[in-house]
Amino acid sequence: MVDRMTPTTLRVLALCAVFAATVAFFSLVIPDYLTPRLFNRVSTSVAIIALIAVGQAFVVLTRNIDLSVGSTVGSVAFVLGNVAMNYPGLSPFLLPVLGVLIGGVFGAVNGVLVAWLRLPSIIVTLATLAIFRSVLVEFSTGRSVATGALPEWLQGFAQVNAVEFGGFQVRWMVVVTLLVVLVAHVFLTKVRAGRQFYAVGSNPDAAVFAGISLQRTVFMAFVISGALAGLAGFMFLARFGNITVVAGLGFELKSVGAVVVGGVNIFGGSGSVLGVLIGATLIDLIDTSLVRWELVSEFWREAVLGFLILGAVVLDTVLSRRLLLRRMRE
Amino acid sequence: MKLASYEGVLLVALVALVAMNALASPFFLTLGNQINLVQLSGEKIIVALVMTFVIVNGEIDLSVASIMGLAACAFGWMVQAGTDAHLAVIAALLIGVACGAFNALFIVRFGIPSLVVTLATMIAFRGISRILVEDQGIGDFPDWFDALGQAGVVGPFPLSMIIFAVGAVVAGVILQRSAFGRKVTFIGLNKDVAAFSGVDVARIKATIFIASGVVSALAGLLYAARLGSIRGDIAAGFELDVITMVLLGGISIFGGSGTMVGTVLAILIVLNLRNGMALANMTGHIQTGVLGVLLILSVMVPHLKALVGRVRSHAG
Repeated sequence: MVDRMTPTTLRVLALCAVFAATVAFFSLVIPDYLTPRLFNRVSTSVAIIALIAVGQAFVVLTRNIDLSVGSTVGSVAFVLGNVAMNYPGLSPFLLPVLGVLIGGVFGAVNGVLVAWLRLPSIIVTLATLAIFRSVLVEFSTGRSVATGALPEWLQGFAQVNAVEFGGFQVRWMVVVTLLVVLVAHVFLTKVRAGRQFYAVGSNPDAAVFAGISLQRTVFMAFVISGALAGLAGFMFLARFGNITVVAGLGFELKSVGAVVVGGVNIFGGSGSVLGVLIGATLIDLIDTSLVRWELVSEFWREAVLGFLILGAVVLDTVLSRRLLLRRMRE
Repeated sequence: MKLASYEGVLLVALVALVAMNALASPFFLTLGNQINLVQLSGEKIIVALVMTFVIVNGEIDLSVASIMGLAACAFGWMVQAGTDAHLAVIAALLIGVACGAFNALFIVRFGIPSLVVTLATMIAFRGISRILVEDQGIGDFPDWFDALGQAGVVGPFPLSMIIFAVGAVVAGVILQRSAFGRKVTFIGLNKDVAAFSGVDVARIKATIFIASGVVSALAGLLYAARLGSIRGDIAAGFELDVITMVLLGGISIFGGSGTMVGTVLAILIVLNLRNGMALANMTGHIQTGVLGVLLILSVMVPHLKALVGRVRSHAG
């Protein structure tokens, strides 16, 4: 049966196994581990990073990388915070839409430079990482957004539950993220326009011969990445309230980490957003759990995370090579 | 060096920049300001020299700043525990070798892309620094050690400046005038052809990553000496500055082309630009933004000719 599964399915299953093993391990070594509170905490914080990681996955699928997402999250959170402070009567629905729009415009800037001017994405987004953040600083002139100045609905948004049962609270933020992941998954696996991202990533020349526009596909990947980072910026504002010039710093590498652990090939062309969601959750779960494990101090978190990412990649490379060899022999 | 080359453009830009800064402030061209300008980034620009080899070779090393941090933190941790500072310096450099070898193991032996490997080790090496020093700051290094980063070693010139100057010449000769340098560029152009031509790709890649590790460790020690103390987050984020400098120098991110002259000119431009903008009261973030725009322009300019050609052929 294993032979008939696609490598992507195998990867997602392997990730699920690692995830289950991680939960089992921590529940053995940490007393009172499996509580609703753990679920509430991890799910809320994953909601933000998973959104960014899904956008990043679209870009990585097309053989590119988006290092500017952290700056987009920070800038959008900052601009939205200012808008919310100055116009407290604004409809709650406008703010996330505005976030998606601003993020989408940022993504379009990257997209034009990479897709049509054919500049390397790593250079373009390294540059826009700096440029978008300096836009944020210019806009703020060094001042920050404070929680107290935000409208009440926004301050409370991160705590509002969509569903609640026996202490498990599923926040609206989490529902939105799950919906985005689901839509992205269906789009990428079942819709023609979605399959084009894989085609462009696995063989650009073949994709062109098949009549796919390379430029438009790469451009769309960056717009999607920017727009989702913009939505994440809204959630970041709702969750933390206090926004300074360093907001969202480092999210670009966290999102690449989640994408890589989630089994998306860094050379493009294969991977699944379900894997990315599990990857993001796994990273966050380990991060949260290590703080509570008495044997190690909280200062071990980064080291463990780094070696975990490395381990995941080595395992993935070795396994997929084995699989390839076996198929070739048959 | 021809003026019509990319390096020629950099040289003209540098001269114009220095002239503008000199006109804007009478203090700009003083020896003190010029030394200060180099010293403030002395560690990053030393790492940029070795990063040039990494990128010309078609790879990337995102872990350099974390290796700088780890060497500095390991040094501080050892000194605090009572180790002789001379021994601690040697041990910290060896840690740099080990970090580079660790990267090379996964990149060369397992064939995993350097972008992914060094992204992971960037987090992991930083994590080890945090385990070593937790949230404390460590200072009180021996006077001779602090002097290495702060005082003039030859006349008014500090050690980092001398290492950079000598290093730039040596690195330039190795990259552009030696068999090793030719092989590095060849591998960057086409790894497979190089391997079939009898170039030991694995060995050269490993050498470069180990060199990157040990030079980063040296830079980390110099940074610790200049600051006189260390913390867990020392040198965090420096990798992006270093890579920006190298790419501005016209080194292709795809490997196989670029010169040490380009990197050195780009370094001088970045230093002068930052200094000039600081004199004009622009904040660090805005300075970084301006460098970002420059970075895009630097890759766009070589493309313009091809781009114009494409537009014309479409129109025709």
